[in-house]
Amino acid sequence: MTGNGSGRHGDYEGPILECKNLSISYFTRAGEIPAVVDFNLTLNQGDSVGLVGESGCGKSTVAMAIMQYLGNNGGIVGGQVLYKGRDLATLSEEELRQLRGNEIAMVYQEPMASLNPSMTLGRQLMEVPLYHDDVNEEEAAKRARKILADVDLPDPDRVMASYPHQISGGQQQRVVIAMALLSNPTLLLLDEPTTALDVTVEAGIIELIAEIAKKFNTSMIYISHNLGLILATCDRVNVMYSGVVVEEGKVKVVFDHMRHPYTKGLFNAIPLPGADKTVRPLVPIRGQLPLPHERPPGCYFGPRCDFFQAGRCDVPTHGSTIAMRPVDGKPGHVVRCVRWDEIDWDAHMPEGVSGESISMGDEVLSVSNMRKYYELHDNSIAALIKGKRVRYVKANESISFIAHESETVAIVGESGCGKSTFAKVLMGLETATDGEVLFNGQDISNQPVQKRSPAQIGSVQMIFQNPFDTLNPSHSVGSQLARVIKKFGVETNKNRIEQRVMELLDLVKLPRDFARRRPRQLSGGQKQRVGIARAFAGNPAMVVADEPVSALDVSVQAAVTGLLMDIQREFRTTLLFISHDLSLVRYLADRVVVMYLGSIMEQGTTDEVFAPPYHPYTEALLSAVPIADTSIEKKRIILEGNLPSVMNPPKGCPFHTRCPRKIGRICETETPPFAEDSEGHVIFCHIPLEELRKVEPVIVQADTASDQPAAE
Amino acid sequence: MAEQVLSIPPRESPVWRMFKSLALIRESVVGMVGLALIVFWVLVAVFANVLAPFPPNATIMPMAMPGTVGPDGSVFWLGTDHIGRDILSRIIYGSRRVLIFAPVATFCAYALGTPMGLAAGYRRGMTDDVLSFIANIILSFPVLVLYVIIIATVGASAINILVAVTFASAPGIFRIVRGLALDLRNREYVYAAETRGESPWRIMLVEILPNARGPLIVDACLRLGYVIITIGVLGFLGLGLPPPDPDWGGMINETRALATSFPHMTIYPVIAISSLVLGFNLLADGLREVSLRD
Repeated sequence: MTGNGSGRHGDYEGPILECKNLSISYFTRAGEIPAVVDFNLTLNQGDSVGLVGESGCGKSTVAMAIMQYLGNNGGIVGGQVLYKGRDLATLSEEELRQLRGNEIAMVYQEPMASLNPSMTLGRQLMEVPLYHDDVNEEEAAKRARKILADVDLPDPDRVMASYPHQISGGQQQRVVIAMALLSNPTLLLLDEPTTALDVTVEAGIIELIAEIAKKFNTSMIYISHNLGLILATCDRVNVMYSGVVVEEGKVKVVFDHMRHPYTKGLFNAIPLPGADKTVRPLVPIRGQLPLPHERPPGCYFGPRCDFFQAGRCDVPTHGSTIAMRPVDGKPGHVVRCVRWDEIDWDAHMPEGVSGESISMGDEVLSVSNMRKYYELHDNSIAALIKGKRVRYVKANESISFIAHESETVAIVGESGCGKSTFAKVLMGLETATDGEVLFNGQDISNQPVQKRSPAQIGSVQMIFQNPFDTLNPSHSVGSQLARVIKKFGVETNKNRIEQRVMELLDLVKLPRDFARRRPRQLSGGQKQRVGIARAFAGNPAMVVADEPVSALDVSVQAAVTGLLMDIQREFRTTLLFISHDLSLVRYLADRVVVMYLGSIMEQGTTDEVFAPPYHPYTEALLSAVPIADTSIEKKRIILEGNLPSVMNPPKGCPFHTRCPRKIGRICETETPPFAEDSEGHVIFCHIPLEELRKVEPVIVQADTASDQPAAE
Repeated sequence: MAEQVLSIPPRESPVWRMFKSLALIRESVVGMVGLALIVFWVLVAVFANVLAPFPPNATIMPMAMPGTVGPDGSVFWLGTDHIGRDILSRIIYGSRRVLIFAPVATFCAYALGTPMGLAAGYRRGMTDDVLSFIANIILSFPVLVLYVIIIATVGASAINILVAVTFASAPGIFRIVRGLALDLRNREYVYAAETRGESPWRIMLVEILPNARGPLIVDACLRLGYVIITIGVLGFLGLGLPPPDPDWGGMINETRALATSFPHMTIYPVIAISSLVLGFNLLADGLREVSLRD
C-alpha cells in the first residue's frame, strides 16, 4: 500500500462503496428520462460485484454515477453514492479529481479510445505516479515497468517505448488495466472490458482481472452483458432490467437458483453446452425492452413475463415499481418479484424455438483448394532497390469443404482468420486467386457479381452483422425490400412487388406496417429481421450469415436465431454461419469449419469438432469461451503471444507460434498434413491422431453439482 | 409491444420530412436569429418594388447626407451617392441580385463538386488520385487571381460570374463529399447493395448521398455566405455585372474614393452584405447545434 495519508486501504472500516436508493435521470428534449431507479449496492473491501443486463438497462449509467461523470444532461435525482462513507455529491471538483485518480479507476470497452495515440505508453503510464504521487521520473518509470509485468505483458521495456498502435488490442487493454492499477485504486470499475476483443484474448484478460482482485485486494464492479464472464470474475451479481436491479445475490446462488422470471429468461435464451437445436431449444423472451419513460406500472418486466398476474404485478408498491424481497433461507439473495415463491421452476418448461432435425439434401457448395491472395504494392524506395515491389496477403489458403442443401455449416475463427474474405469471394465481391468454388455445379470463384445473372445473385445472399448498419437509414424498410425483389427479377409488377414485400415481412414475423417505417424506428432485433427478409427475397439456395446475432442482446439473439433456423428449414436453404461464438455454433451448426490465419485447422460434424480429438487451436478456443453454468468445469488454456500478421504468416503450421502442444522443429518448417480422423473430420496438425485422441475433453459437466443446494 | 412503443407514422413525402427536420432549428436561438436575418432580406428582395422609395437607377440629388429631404418632399433615409441615386433603394434592389446569384452559384458548385466527391470517395484508387489532384491544383491557386483571370479573359457577364464562382467553390465541396463518401462506403448497406449487383452510380446516389445530407446542408449554408462575399468582392473589383443595375459590391467600389468624406455611401452596402452573410453563418451554426443534440 502506497499510503499517502488519509483514507487509503485499511484505515477505513466498513463498506468501500454504498449506493442507497440511487435514482439517475437524463434530461432531454422529451423531458426527464429515468435511467436508473432505486439502485442499491454495498461493496466491501476486496469484493467483486457484477452488473449484468442487456443494452439500455442502465448498467453503464450506474458506473458513470459512481464516477460522477454523468455529463450535462444527466444527474442523480434521488438517493446517494457513498464512497467510504462520504457522499460523492457533496465533494468539490478538486476532491473528486483526487478521488478518481487515486482511489477509483475505470476501464472502458475500447482500449484504443482510452490511450493517447501520440504518446508512448511508458510516458502515459508514468504520468499517473508523477501527477498523483509526486515522485521523480526514475521512480515513476520503475513503477510503470513493475505494473506492466504485473499485468503479464512480456518485455515491459519494449511496451514502454511503444505507441498504442504498435501493440495488439489485447495488449492495449492490459496497458489500460495497468494504468488503472498504477495508483493502487481501492475501487476498480470495468465496463465491458473485453467486448471488443477476440475470445482467446478475452480469456487472458478475464484471468488477469480475476487475479488482480486477489493480488491487490481491489474492490471491483464488473459490467457486462455476458453471464459467463460474470461467473468467471465476480462473487456477487446484480441482474438489471430496464433501470432496476431485479435480482441480486451470490453468483453461484443466482445462477443455480434464480428466482426472477427475467433472470430465468436470460438463461433460457443463451446456448449452454448440452443445448442443441433439437434437444433443448433456446427460448427467447417475448416482446421488447420498454422505453424508460414508457415503463409499465408495478413490475417493469410484467408485460413480457409468463407469470404476470393482473392486480398484483401491475400495482406499484415502491415508487413506480415494486420492492425488493429477500429470498428465504438465502441471506443476501433478493429479488424484485411479488410471486418469486409461487413459481415452480421445475415444472415450468417454456416452449422453445422449434425442434426436429432435418435431412440433408444434395451437395450445394463445394470449395476445393480455394486461395485468395491480395497483392500489396510497395512503392517505397527500399522495395524498389530490393526488387520486391509486390507482397501478398494470404487471406485464404487452400480452403476446401462442402455444404449440402438445408445444412448449416459454421465457419469459426477469430478476427483476421479470413472468414470475411471467404464470404466476399462467395458473394462475388472478390475473385479467388486459385482453386474452385462450385455452387450448384457452376464455378463461381472467378465470377464477379457484375457478371452474375440476377437469379444467380439472388440465390446466394448475405445477412450482415451490425443491425445499425445493415439497413440504409434514408430509405423505408418497404422500399429497401422492394428494390431487392425488383433487382433479383422475382417480380416486376408494382402490385406484385408490394405483395411480396408483405409476404417477406410475414416471413420474419414483423407487422406489415413496418414497410413504411424508417430503420431508426426499429429496434436492433427488428432491423436484423429485415436484414434476414432481404437475404431471403430472391429465394436463395444459400445464405451467408456473417455474425448475424453477435451485436444483439441475448434475449433477442435467441428469437432471431430461431427465426433464421425456421426459415432455413422451410426453404431448405444452405446456411453458412460465420461466427466467433462457439456456444451458438455448437447449438445450431451441423458441420463446423475452424479457421486460423486463412487456413482451415479442423473441420467435421459439430459433435466431432467439439469432442476429442481436437486440433490444439480448437481446444484453446473451446476453453476460452465463457460459460454461464456453474456445473461446467473447463480446462484452462491461455494462448501465449499475439495473432501473427497475415502479411507475414508463420512458416509451417500457421498456429505454431502460439500452440501449447507444439512438438518441435517440424511445426515450424513443414506444412502439416490433413489427418482424417473419420469420414469428413479432418485435423490439420503434425501431432498423430492417436495422441490427439488421448486428450481430455475441454468442457466437463459435473453432473451432480447443479442439483445440490449451493452452500451458503 | 412494438406497436405500442412506436406509433405508426403515415406515409410522408421526402420533402416534408426534410422540412420537419429543418424545423428543429426553432430550438436554437442562434439559428433563429440567422433565419430571421435571411427571411428579412428575402422579403426585402421579393417586395423591392413596393419598399423602395425611388427607382434604383434614377439620379435625383447628388451627395445627399442620410435624412435629407428631397425636391418632392420625400426623404433619402440613407442618403444618395455621388451621382444622386438613392442608396436605400439601390440596396433594396441590390438584394435581388445577390439572392438570385448566390443560391444559383452554390447550387452549381454542388452539382459539380458532389458527383466528383462521390466518385472519388466511393471508387478510391486512380479515380480518387486524379480528381483530388485536380481539386488540389484549383485550391492551391489564389482565388482572386483565378477570378481575375477567368473574367478578364471571357468578360464580365452573369454566366461568367456564375462559372467563376462555381469553379472556385467546387473543390471545397468535392473534399467534403469525398470524406463523407469514404466513411459511408464501408457501411453494411453499401455492401448489401454491392452483393446484389447494383451499379456504382446507383450506390453513390441512392445509398451514400442521402446519408451525407446532414453535414452537406450545414455546409451549404456556410457556403452561401462565402459566395455572397465572393459576389461582393467581384463587384468591388469591378468584375461584377456591368452598371448601372445596383450591386452591393459594385456600390462599395463606385463610392470608395469618397468614403472618407461621405462614409454613408460605403457603410450601408457593407452592412447589407455582412448582415446577410451573418444570417447564413448563424443558420449553419444553429443547424449544426440541433443536429448534434438528441
